[in-house]
Amino acid sequence: MNLKVLFFGVATDLIGAKSISFSISPNTTVSEFKILIQEKYPQLSQINSYAIAVNENYANDQMVLKNNDVVAIIPPVSGG
Amino acid sequence: MSNTSIKITSEKLNLDKCYEFVADDSCGGIVAFIGTVRNSTQKKEVIQLEFSTYKPMAIKEMQKIADQAISKFEIMKIAVHHAEGILYVGDIPVIIVVSAPHRKAAFKACEFAIDTLKETVPIWKKEHFSDGEIWVNAHP
Repeated sequence: MNLKVLFFGVATDLIGAKSISFSISPNTTVSEFKILIQEKYPQLSQINSYAIAVNENYANDQMVLKNNDVVAIIPPVSGG
Repeated sequence: MSNTSIKITSEKLNLDKCYEFVADDSCGGIVAFIGTVRNSTQKKEVIQLEFSTYKPMAIKEMQKIADQAISKFEIMKIAVHHAEGILYVGDIPVIIVVSAPHRKAAFKACEFAIDTLKETVPIWKKEHFSDGEIWVNAHP
């Protein structure tokens, strides 16, 4: 299965890209995805913490990802 | 007609437009929060700020805040507008304006909206100093 992964804020600078395509096996959860993406991009551990959004909504760790989901890495927000 | 006005723009935010949107004959008061770019952070001089957004999700989250403000507090209308791109000292990154029949609800709703925006809306601020730049809140 394929995901589109988006990076924002500090994550864009750490990864050097705004988006990538990322392969996972079926039934991967958000918490498993976090481990996989951090294995591929260890520099993500430099961020304080980050949330995950799936298809433009905040996702919890138990959520199961589907083919073609758009998964965003959301570093601590600082709007306002 | 909608009771909420949500916007993210690279143009200058317009307080008059927000005011006109929320003004209503049934209301006894209007409360506005206007965020402004400060000239220093932790004693370092700020030259400019750069706001980047996950725009479609940020719009959705701002809409949720406006809808929650209307359901939680006795207010009539709310405008939540945020800027993106480069801003300089004194510029306005955010405007929240709320109208209500009675002022207390408007004050509470306005504070709720800006506090929640700062926690949940996917917008990021990079501070540029004379000797470098940093994403706010990004590192331990």
